Amino acid sequence: MTGKWKVTFGRSGRAVTAGALGAMLVAVTMLPAGCVNVTAPDKPIVIELNINIRQEVVYRLDGAVDELIDENAEIF
Amino acid sequence: MRDTVSKIIGTGLAAALLSMPVTASAQRDPAYTAARSAGIIGEKSDGYLGTLGGADADTQRMVEDLNIKRKAVYTREAQEQNATVQEVAFVGGCKQISRTVPGEKYQDPNGNWQTRTAAPPQLSPRCP
Repeated sequence: MTGKWKVTFGRSGRAVTAGALGAMLVAVTMLPAGCVNVTAPDKPIVIELNINIRQEVVYRLDGAVDELIDENAEIF
Repeated sequence: MRDTVSKIIGTGLAAALLSMPVTASAQRDPAYTAARSAGIIGEKSDGYLGTLGGADADTQRMVEDLNIKRKAVYTREAQEQNATVQEVAFVGGCKQISRTVPGEKYQDPNGNWQTRTAAPPQLSPRCP
């Protein structure tokens, strides 16, 4: 048989289609899978604050910054 | 006679120049060194200094002053190297943390203060 069936509930006789019933069933079965995990992860959370740092520039600056620190030793 | 006089003058001049104190511009302020050794000033992973517990107002002012000077130096270098100030400062932080001596404080990549030991310091994997 095709098409939605009409089911009546309770004294009020409200009609609930099988489509809505199916959705409710699916929602009920999905509830456990939607649980939020509140335990802490094993590894420490690494906070990468410097997201705008280009790695190739970092490599290029290697020697220059060494010299910079040597030349300005009093503030480093 | 003239040779002897000029030799005496020359030797005297040399002695005077050599006895002059070497300019201290390339050395750390003793208060800064002491605060580093005591662990109340530490190297942050971003290339600047931070204060830990026990830093008085003078120390905090000193740290602010040193950080302003570091930023100026990083900025000038960034212009010369076609990099951002943040990139130069980040490499500065890597270098400075590598140069810490045992007992000094530094910030690890997670932002936590560590005490430097004889072992290599914990550095960001992005450090050169």
